[in-house]
Amino acid sequence: MTAELDEGPVGTTKPRNPLRDPQDRRLPRIAGPCSLVIFGVTGDLARKKLMPAVYDLANRGLLPPGFALVGFARRDYTNQDFAQIVHDSVKEHARTPFREEVWQQLSEGFRFVPGDLTDDQAFKRLRETVDELDVTRGTGGNHAFYLSIPPGLFPEVVRQLSEHGLTNENPGSWRRVVIEKPFGHDLKSARELNQVVESVFPPEAVFRIDHYLGKETVQNILALRFANAMFEPIWNSNYVDHVQITMAEDIGIGGRAGYYDGIGAARDVIQNHLLQLLALIAMEEPVSFDAWSLRQEKKKVLNAVQLPERLDLHTARGQYAAGWAGGAKVKGYLQEDGIPKDSATETFAALRVDVDTRRWAGVPFYLRTGKRLGRRVTEVAVMFKRAPHLPFSKTETEELGQNALVLRIQPDEGITIRFGAKVPGTTMEIRDVNMDFQYGGSFTESSPEAYERLILDVLLGDPPLFPQHTEVELGWKILDPVIDYWAKHGQPEQYEPGAWGPPNAHEMLARDGRAWRRP
Amino acid sequence: MIIDLTGTTSSEIASALLQARRHAGSPAMGMVGTIVVVVDEASHHDAMKAANEAGREHPSRVLVAILRPGRGAPNLDAEVRIGEGIPGEAVLLRLHGDLAKVPESVITPLLLPDSPVIVWWPGGGPKVPADDPLGRLGRRRVTDAAATRRASVDFTARAEGYQPGDTDFAWARLTPWRALMAAALDQYPTKVTAAEVAAAKGNPSAELMAAWLQCRLGVPVELRNSRGPGVTAVRLFTPTGPIALTRPDGAVATFSVPGQPDRPVALKRRTTSELLSEELRRLDPDDVYAKTLECMVERDRMPADAKTLDATDRKSTAAKVSVAGQKVAAKESTQQTAPTKQAAGKKAATKKAPGKKAPAKTSAAKTAAKKSTSKRVAKRS
Repeated sequence: MTAELDEGPVGTTKPRNPLRDPQDRRLPRIAGPCSLVIFGVTGDLARKKLMPAVYDLANRGLLPPGFALVGFARRDYTNQDFAQIVHDSVKEHARTPFREEVWQQLSEGFRFVPGDLTDDQAFKRLRETVDELDVTRGTGGNHAFYLSIPPGLFPEVVRQLSEHGLTNENPGSWRRVVIEKPFGHDLKSARELNQVVESVFPPEAVFRIDHYLGKETVQNILALRFANAMFEPIWNSNYVDHVQITMAEDIGIGGRAGYYDGIGAARDVIQNHLLQLLALIAMEEPVSFDAWSLRQEKKKVLNAVQLPERLDLHTARGQYAAGWAGGAKVKGYLQEDGIPKDSATETFAALRVDVDTRRWAGVPFYLRTGKRLGRRVTEVAVMFKRAPHLPFSKTETEELGQNALVLRIQPDEGITIRFGAKVPGTTMEIRDVNMDFQYGGSFTESSPEAYERLILDVLLGDPPLFPQHTEVELGWKILDPVIDYWAKHGQPEQYEPGAWGPPNAHEMLARDGRAWRRP
Repeated sequence: MIIDLTGTTSSEIASALLQARRHAGSPAMGMVGTIVVVVDEASHHDAMKAANEAGREHPSRVLVAILRPGRGAPNLDAEVRIGEGIPGEAVLLRLHGDLAKVPESVITPLLLPDSPVIVWWPGGGPKVPADDPLGRLGRRRVTDAAATRRASVDFTARAEGYQPGDTDFAWARLTPWRALMAAALDQYPTKVTAAEVAAAKGNPSAELMAAWLQCRLGVPVELRNSRGPGVTAVRLFTPTGPIALTRPDGAVATFSVPGQPDRPVALKRRTTSELLSEELRRLDPDDVYAKTLECMVERDRMPADAKTLDATDRKSTAAKVSVAGQKVAAKESTQQTAPTKQAAGKKAATKKAPGKKAPAKTSAAKTAAKKSTSKRVAKRS
């Protein structure tokens, strides 16, 4: 424990810049000269998210002059072909308007390195490209490697990078690596993966991207809880009955069969996103808002998370069946291309956990996630206890439910408070109503996308708010027993697409005398 | 929907807003504040457009007040707009006759409860915004120095009447420039010995930039005229060579740092809605702006030759490095005292000391410099 605390927040001893003033909050921080090298640049993520995010950053003036983007993939592209690909993806997916002059200066820094991840020659070419950029674009030896590739390939890439001297930091410059989830598929593999990456990159140079935790969302939760006086007093087991954390998708697995089968919903989503959300909701107030203090609190609360004794009664899983969803006829999971007919991978997972702290004693947290559910939504619902005494008759309050505070994470970020109100009329009748706050209605339109924040943090070298290895390990420690239990107990239950999960998920809550909210 | 009201009152307008909001089915209550736009008939369309665009980031109630004082009977006409692609609510108000002299009587009842009020004069603004009847309603008062013909003169006048909460587009226009210069010193933390700003004649942003550099760096800053558009170059002279950001065409700039390849950077002149969005992001008084204005007023009073650089200031050849090195060493004392003084938050007089004294001494030193460089260095310290 002391060892953990000793690592402490590290003070920065940078020379003072006379042009910076803490009061001058108009000035954004612009990343220093650097390049971003994307492996797997032809993938969906790179096209739909990363490249548009890079452009948006440039458009907002947050990228350094002379920024370079290097693509690495097994294609026979020239730099021009690559620029065209980026151009198309930017036009289609960028959130800010396309501006020719921004594009011009950005595209001058595009390079493409064709080759296979096992090909020595390709990495040699990458080394040459990177060196060339240091000279022509002045990237000054600062390079971030974004591994947008299956984790199975990480060891190979990391080995190649270090073999070709691409990971050597010269004094005054940096090398960073960005990895995407999944961070392993259980505790053991997560440790192995971490060893591979951290054998070459120091821990503070490893950025684990969890895009649901793009800072905006995280900071909104923290602001709600700790900047206000009215929520924190009721944020405990005296008032809270239970908490439901939901991440639902209306789509199936799409073209991700190769990735998804054998992984499943729990590993894909619960281990990282939902447990991180749980940590933010359940943690105590950090003493300060720097990354280190936040992480301490998150670790504490994740350490206190307990699984129920009877996993058969308090977990649920399912697989979507064929049928109709959202007005379209859809395949079942087992009928998807590339999925074995007897696959036991779950596409819906739900479980109850308890947080063993004074604050949360007796307050269960229900986590659920699934594909092909009613609609795409991520939310945290804090359900409050009923009023201890109601001075109304039973019929008058028949339609009154529990008060709820719902933090909507996506798609329309905001907060809903649900409470009882009188129905207009001569009789006394109380019914639930919603009070809605959206983060500014159309606010979100130009607020930065999660990937923008994350990429900028990587380039700035901001201490990551996204998870560090300890948090990843804690996640697996919580989830591993559940996954093992499921592996030994047959097939997941089939559920109707477009609905809200398999019957056993509803039974799971019914056993506790509760019901899932329809998000 | 658009509701036209002629010969109306504030309460009729307020109920029209409520009705329109109900009618639209969405209680647009996520609004962050009220923007009062004081504008003339000719430019109200552009101002409204910019306010609505900024509203995408900050949904607000936009009250556009067109003042038409004249001999006609006092009368109030209003046009209430909700929906129609407007993120919040907008009301176009025309105040005729004597009513135009007391616009606050119309605006006050229409302000959203509890939330900040921003008053914006797209066409320049009053001399002392905080004393203006509408300006008094605002927590933030946004003027645009560049919008008037005698920009420079008006701006100086306004700088003297500064009150916390005032801000000017001339300052917001500089943000990307300032960000890049600050980033340059983040990456190449060298001592700056002098600086230079080039801009179209009478550009208020350029004066602010020069004042900001002088006040932050405590070095002489020269303001030179160029053909524009806007600010065309900012150079920081350092012992190893100039750090320069030059933008001859108003769109793409070149960023150069000693020992590094020149790098292009998109630096477009910013649109009105971008500027307004930036102003709306922070609603507390901008202290850095206040300090910079003080410096600007100070600069105006300085003799002209204290604001020009001679060849030694600009030169950055290897031969000069040793001299520059001495200069730096000599100046360190000033540099170190400056931050503590500022942090202590002392009165303006003490705060200005580094900015004012260094160049003032330079002018005195300049004559001496002709005799010997070393002597000059001694004097400057």
